[in-house]
Amino acid sequence: MRNVLATKWGIIIVGAVIGILASLLQFWGNPANMGICVACFVRDVTGALGLHRAPVVQYLRPEIMGFVLGSFGAAYLFKEFRPRLGSAPIVRFMLGVFAMIGALIFLGCPWRAVLRLAGGDWNAILGLLGLVVGIWIGTGFLRAGYNLGATHRTYTSVGWIFPIVMAGFLLIMLFNPKIAGEAQSGMLFYSVEGPGSMHAPLIISLVVGLAIGFLAQKSRFCTMGALRDLILFKQTHLFAGFVSLTLAAFVTNLVINQFNPGFVGQPVAHTMHFWNFAGMVLAGLAFSLAGGCPGRQLFLSGEGDGDAAVFVIGMIVGAAFAHNFGLASSADGATPAGMTAVAIGLAACLLIGFTMREKI
Amino acid sequence: MSTVVDTRGLSCPQPVIMTLNEMKKINKGDMVIRVDTDTAKENVSRAARAQGWQVADIQPEDEGYRITIRKEG
Repeated sequence: MRNVLATKWGIIIVGAVIGILASLLQFWGNPANMGICVACFVRDVTGALGLHRAPVVQYLRPEIMGFVLGSFGAAYLFKEFRPRLGSAPIVRFMLGVFAMIGALIFLGCPWRAVLRLAGGDWNAILGLLGLVVGIWIGTGFLRAGYNLGATHRTYTSVGWIFPIVMAGFLLIMLFNPKIAGEAQSGMLFYSVEGPGSMHAPLIISLVVGLAIGFLAQKSRFCTMGALRDLILFKQTHLFAGFVSLTLAAFVTNLVINQFNPGFVGQPVAHTMHFWNFAGMVLAGLAFSLAGGCPGRQLFLSGEGDGDAAVFVIGMIVGAAFAHNFGLASSADGATPAGMTAVAIGLAACLLIGFTMREKI
Repeated sequence: MSTVVDTRGLSCPQPVIMTLNEMKKINKGDMVIRVDTDTAKENVSRAARAQGWQVADIQPEDEGYRITIRKEG
């Protein structure tokens, strides 16, 4: 059977659907210019579980669970579920940690970078430039033979672990629902103020997450791959989806009056141009060395890729470090500790890129 | 006997990189690429067409596919 969603028009439509839904999620309650932000939402999940205690970013975002479970459903429906693992998991874990730290210094993953742009936040331009540079460095390593090695097939139940964990999170949320004005409900933390307190109704977030997970699994939507394939192969396939997402979100923002252009006073953003840039250089490099943007890692973990799941767990740990050690930026800007973390992260990624290559 | 490129187990973008590298070596003729995911199958086919190669055949094999691409001399 031909995979319609993996055609040029397929990926453009998927990008547009994601862009429109992301913009609408903001309308339905998600934070401004953050309809979907995989890094921010994983960070909020980390906070909801109490692994970091930054009170303004704690919410068990159902979109994240939806992404994994939607992909899981699509993979099973189309017989693409392939339980596999074993391609340098510890390296992928570290890349997840540093990708998250870089993203939280900019304040957004590639998805949010274009959503911020589509909402008129010009600081996102610096972030996107950083993303391009980070991925460009990554393609240099790929050209030079960088390779984390092959996976091997494993038991079906191994591929089920991460989707089951996500389903478990959903159950925990159902049994520990948000109580208005309370910072804690049973096992979970809930922000009373700040971005973590802003969210669309649970059922909407979950359904949108499931739909995007399903579409993205089938279309192989990837924001890092979009830029990587353009730089490495001069191929515009995934890039078309990325541009389509941006334009669709921009048009939707105009229609529902969510477009506010400028640099200053943008929601959940800061104006330290260099650190917006540098944070995303780190994130972009880490994504490209790991072979996928944070969204793609969630979708892959839903279709049985245990190494992608390890990357996501790395992101959770990275988010905990970022907030426990004061690395994450705020509206006031990047922190000195965050700046140091960017330097350490870049050094680690370069070491990975230089040392893990086959002789060609 | 055509060249065989085994990309099984390797994640994106390795299958495409290996295919393109092999194309540069042999320039024309037949090449078989073995992949183990649908994503790799689509990516390799797309890259081959973009380079002016024809996707002659795709056969299911084990848990993946055996893709034959061709460029006439």
